[in-house]
Amino acid sequence: MNTHTSSVTAAEPTQKASFSSRFHVRSISGLIGLILVGFWLVISVIGPMLSPYPPNDFVSNTVFGPMSMKHFFGTDYLGRDMFSRVLAGTPYTIGVALAATVAACLAGVISGLVAAAATSWVDMTISRTQDALISIPSKMFALIMVASFGSSVPILILTAAIAYMPGSFRIARSLAVNVMTLDYVQVARLRGESMPYIIFKEVLPNMFRPVLTDFGLRFVFIVLLLSAMSFLGLGIQPPEADWGSLVRENIGGLSSGAPAVIMPAIAIATLTIGVNLLIDSIGSKSVQH
Amino acid sequence: MTELVKVCGLQVAVRTGAGVDVPIVHGADFSLHKGEVLALIGESGSGKTTIALSLMGYARSGCHIVGGSVHVDGTDLLTLSPSKLAKVRGRTVSYIAQSAAAAFNPAITIMNQVIESAMIHKTCSRREAEKKAIGLFRELALPDPEHIGERYPHQVSGGQLQRLMAAMALITDPILVILDEPTTALDVTTQIEVLRAFKKVVRERNTTAVYVSHDLAVVAQMADRIVVLKNGEIQENSLTKDLLIEPKHEYTKSLLSAMKPESRQDTVSQNIMDLETSTPLLEVRNLEVCFEKGKRVLQDIDLKIRRGSTVGVIGESGSGKTTLARSIVGLVEPSLGNIYLDGEALNASASGRTREQLRRVQYVFQNADTALNPLHTVEDILARPLSFYHGMKGQKRRDRVAELLSLVHLPDSIAKRRPTELSGGQKQRINLARALAAEPDIILCDEVTSALDTVVGAAILELMADLRKKLNVSYLFISHDISMVQAICDEVVVLYSGFKVEQGAGESFQRPPFHPYTQLLIDSVPEMKQGWLESTGANHETLPKIAPIKADVVLCPFLDRCSVRIDGQCNQVIPDRKKLEKGNQIFCHHSFSNKKSQALEVEEQPISQLQSV
Repeated sequence: MNTHTSSVTAAEPTQKASFSSRFHVRSISGLIGLILVGFWLVISVIGPMLSPYPPNDFVSNTVFGPMSMKHFFGTDYLGRDMFSRVLAGTPYTIGVALAATVAACLAGVISGLVAAAATSWVDMTISRTQDALISIPSKMFALIMVASFGSSVPILILTAAIAYMPGSFRIARSLAVNVMTLDYVQVARLRGESMPYIIFKEVLPNMFRPVLTDFGLRFVFIVLLLSAMSFLGLGIQPPEADWGSLVRENIGGLSSGAPAVIMPAIAIATLTIGVNLLIDSIGSKSVQH
Repeated sequence: MTELVKVCGLQVAVRTGAGVDVPIVHGADFSLHKGEVLALIGESGSGKTTIALSLMGYARSGCHIVGGSVHVDGTDLLTLSPSKLAKVRGRTVSYIAQSAAAAFNPAITIMNQVIESAMIHKTCSRREAEKKAIGLFRELALPDPEHIGERYPHQVSGGQLQRLMAAMALITDPILVILDEPTTALDVTTQIEVLRAFKKVVRERNTTAVYVSHDLAVVAQMADRIVVLKNGEIQENSLTKDLLIEPKHEYTKSLLSAMKPESRQDTVSQNIMDLETSTPLLEVRNLEVCFEKGKRVLQDIDLKIRRGSTVGVIGESGSGKTTLARSIVGLVEPSLGNIYLDGEALNASASGRTREQLRRVQYVFQNADTALNPLHTVEDILARPLSFYHGMKGQKRRDRVAELLSLVHLPDSIAKRRPTELSGGQKQRINLARALAAEPDIILCDEVTSALDTVVGAAILELMADLRKKLNVSYLFISHDISMVQAICDEVVVLYSGFKVEQGAGESFQRPPFHPYTQLLIDSVPEMKQGWLESTGANHETLPKIAPIKADVVLCPFLDRCSVRIDGQCNQVIPDRKKLEKGNQIFCHHSFSNKKSQALEVEEQPISQLQSV
């Protein structure tokens, strides 16, 4: 955890120092966020190995069973082990959301940079297309996509990526337009530098932090969108389940206060809050600069 | 007489991220009598604004007052509670900020903002306050004092806004007024108007004031007593007349000498200049730049820069001097005219020029803070032009970077740092070194010293003169400071609202006659002696009256501010370019030849007087 112990990173020339000074997390809330996000990322990779029972097997005779040493999170509406199911759902929730966020931000930032650097009619074409996309409500769009192409992991990723790309484009374009007018970009132009050099060496590094903040925010939105889709029964299909579908499956246990419905909800909450805390601390750091 | 304001052992510190206090003001003591004007002078970072703000019991965020006392009219402001301090601020002590444009709310009329503090402190009724404000507008020589308050801030000029801010500060009859660099952002010709208005009001109202500035010449006009600060410590505290004649402290002496730019012309470049027949290195022919709606920002500009020579371009903000430089490098495309490098026409846009042409003409931006990419190290910044233009790599490139750093008098160790870790002067040196890395024939310098302290700026100029001798580069020097430009340039061009109004050798600007605008500029540069403000010839108030001007005729651009304009001539036809006896070319109806001009004046005086009656 050297990223936050070195609070005073002076002008050390090593790559590591510059990395930690750019990303180090100063505040307590940022630290909590980092721990939560780090925890879930680790779980999404090693989670399935930790699970005590196969997630789709009926292991208990009690439905909506309470927490016990045998079943940490109780059992679900069919008597399956809830702890194993939450662990099994983690890669779905985080993996699908992460893939969709990466796709959305990559497409958004690239089109934003192209629009900022290109001539006015190219900019106009890209911007208006993105405006058209942004005007479609994301849940409605997702419902239409699933209705026409069926529900599968690739379709979910594609849907979420398209729905959240225009926002990323807007932010990237406005950041790039601002940086483009700065003197050091003019200096590079006067030197005769090519557009790719200007974009990748001069502009992109200077909009990295806000884009990263936007990435985190978009990740949270996509997690919530996918959970909502699963809750409606249009996301990951049974017997596989992400956290959203776990909540829906076990909604019947809500009246009896079963941990089967509370635990996946808590998982969603901790992940999104963690990401929010982390990006808040990165964002405030960039304000100080 | 007792002291009205007394500051004892004032200490202010900055708390760092690690929670350690770093003192920035180490125990300041000074006092003011009623009606006295005290100046705090020093470079940036000397703590002058910090001390001025603590006179209102205020410390900027991140700073806090650690010790000492600030007595204003018998009460120690540092012991007051926040609610009591709020009663003092704007009422007992008021503040005039550096940038009036940023201090006014653009959405509220001027009058409502001027009387706001009187309303908050309930010193008088709205009607009385408005009456008083109009009286203040009149005292501050503002045009149309009855109705200027109905306008919005963007509808008045910068100099007027600064005076309106003074009215805002004076509306509650405060015991102490703090003026924080009130004229620094203004042109010299505007500065003189504002200074006159301030001085008149301060004298007439017997106001006690603290004047914060970095400009000793300005302070000499305003202050009775000067406190010189360096690194948060008081170096010297003496009466203005003593300090100017006999500075006691070494630091004050260095400040005084940095204010007087020495002539750095050398014979080497003069010899090269004399080769009239050879092709000039850079030539601008008949340049005209139009922005949208046909507004001409530059017209009819001719300029020749010879190898190894320095050409200065001066003018106030809006005169088109930066646009000229930007069109030479190809950032702005001219609507007419051409630019030639060694006799070869350059493409209007930078993107259409060859790499070699780009390399030979380098542009140094005014503000090194924005001209250096904050995420690149100094080595990245300097190495890029080396590999881009000269294909240097590895050890050879590293050696050259070290060489460039030593050329601009910076240590090698700086190469691994980023611009944010450097001081203003260091950044400007890197900015210059980057231009040198291209090994250019000509460097265009856009106000390279204006953002720097006097002493640091003088060192940069010294360095540039030195480099010119070593490398035989030419400079195009853009500045608003005529005294600096005439001292270091072989040739000077004076721009006024896009017109070239005068052009001549640098030393010719040391003796008259000049174009009336040049004269105004020269007269407006504050001199380091008391009483200059009253004696200088620069004036705007009494201009000869002329008949109304036809709207669609192109006339002398300086007509509406000229103190020697001639009715029937200046308002009828556009002047020619004339050659003066000393060799300068001017754009004026006057020819200023010794005998003739006197005769002209004798002839014209009665006419203009008749007109004014």
